[in-house]
Amino acid sequence: MTAVSVATEDKAATGELVVLNSVNKHFGALHVLQDIDLTIHRGEVVVVIGPSGSGKSTLCRTINRLETVDSGSITIDGKPLPAEGKELARLRADVGMVFQSFNLFAHKTVLENVTLGQVKVRKADARKAEETARALLDRVGVGAQADKYPAQLSGGQQQRVAIARALAMGPKVMLFDEPTSALDPEMINEVLEVMKQLAEDGMTMIVVTHEMGFARSAANRVVFMADGRIVEEATPDQFFSNPRSDRAKDFLSKILHH
Amino acid sequence: MFDFLQDYDLAGAVWTTVQLAVLSAVGSLIWGTMLAAMRVGPVPLMRAFGTAYVNIVRNIPLTVIILFASLGLNQTLGVTLGAGGDFKTINFRLAVLGLILYTSSFVCEALRSGINTVPVGQAEAARALGLGFGQVLRLVVLPQAFRSSVIPLANVLIALIKNTTVAAAIGVAETALLMKEMIENEAQLLLIAAVIALVFVVLTLPTGLILGWVGKKVAVKR
Ligand SMILES: Nc1ncnc2c1ncn2[C@@H]1O[C@H](COP(=O)(O)OP(=O)(O)OP(=O)(O)O)[C@@H](O)[C@H]1O
Ligand SMILES: [Mg+2]
Repeated sequence: MTAVSVATEDKAATGELVVLNSVNKHFGALHVLQDIDLTIHRGEVVVVIGPSGSGKSTLCRTINRLETVDSGSITIDGKPLPAEGKELARLRADVGMVFQSFNLFAHKTVLENVTLGQVKVRKADARKAEETARALLDRVGVGAQADKYPAQLSGGQQQRVAIARALAMGPKVMLFDEPTSALDPEMINEVLEVMKQLAEDGMTMIVVTHEMGFARSAANRVVFMADGRIVEEATPDQFFSNPRSDRAKDFLSKILHH
Repeated sequence: MFDFLQDYDLAGAVWTTVQLAVLSAVGSLIWGTMLAAMRVGPVPLMRAFGTAYVNIVRNIPLTVIILFASLGLNQTLGVTLGAGGDFKTINFRLAVLGLILYTSSFVCEALRSGINTVPVGQAEAARALGLGFGQVLRLVVLPQAFRSSVIPLANVLIALIKNTTVAAAIGVAETALLMKEMIENEAQLLLIAAVIALVFVVLTLPTGLILGWVGKKVAVKR
């Protein structure tokens, strides 16, 4: 049962956990990440917000190297991201990722989804892995669905399983890329609740989302991106009630008035 | 009416057809999977080889491939595939070789279509967990790809069963060669055709039905 309180032991410790240093990335001629400097401290919850195409997903994906960068450096817990191979795989295991489209393994049951990484990457004993998985599934409220296949679950349930799958690796930081934007409105809250709980438990989180309620109640900091740059960084209150940049004002007026 | 059949070894010919089909199926499944792995793998040289192989081989008529195996490999280069001087065995083996070389290109494409049905998000989620390249393929992508390849593979197998008749071109004593012999000696043209057609329907229909059922059963629900 101890594995369930994944992040609590880090709560007291501070210090830099994820550091991006003048990171640049192109897709062909498109400069998607431009001189990104970003530091995330242990236990911090950072919400990344910005217009479509501003590079939020790409930023997330570079942090566990699903995308390579052209220049600059990314370090996680003091270790620079390795290029390829075993080292990289180990590092990825320390960075949990939750996708917009859940991406649960379609041919495996919910339980198998949550045990796979523990057994194959962390080399956990199968019984121990199942115990951890069941406890995590209970924690996100889908314990009763353990033996079903992903397609038999609602979107909200699938996304909670995806969170449990990432937590099972005992990650140091969790990345969420628009975790609720593929969900029907009535399911958004059940996922946000799980994320809020996780934040309260002290997990370090980077969350791309336009859910302002979540940002206000759970985030320590909002990072506003536009055109591949970080345009503004502020506390949620400052950012939503008193944005400094014109880009942010413009963006907020669009999402607030619909 | 069917008396004439007693003068011929129909069962023996059908057995040869079945052997041709089974051996070629196993061989082309193995070689076809290797070709598919080359085509989706990260090594440029292997990708190029896989692509070239499939595009060349599947566009050559099977008769030409089998005749090449017989005339080119055996009669010109003296390849006997370990059968010594036994012509029947040599020709049978050459026919299997030709069928494998040809059918594997279709197996490769059936598997590749299966791999393409697996959304990229599946592999990304697996990589994000820290699984290595081989583990991602073995644990996540290929199991899903095989499941959605069952039905296209069934079609390849049915085509293969019928394609075994081309082995008659190099004198393998399978069903089509027997048919030719019967037509030359008997006056029962329609009856002969009906019997042979029935043989192939009996071989292919259950194959299609069973694999169709299996394919539905193991299909990945998304
Ligand atoms: N694999 C790729 N190849 C080429 N261009 C890409 C690729 N992925 C993203 N892009 C482009 O890079 C830019 C940034 O994309 P990204 O997905 O990071 O934006 P985003 O801020 O997450 O947007 P959204 O809110 O729509 O998810 C976009 O213009 C997108 O079209
Ligand atoms: Mg995005």
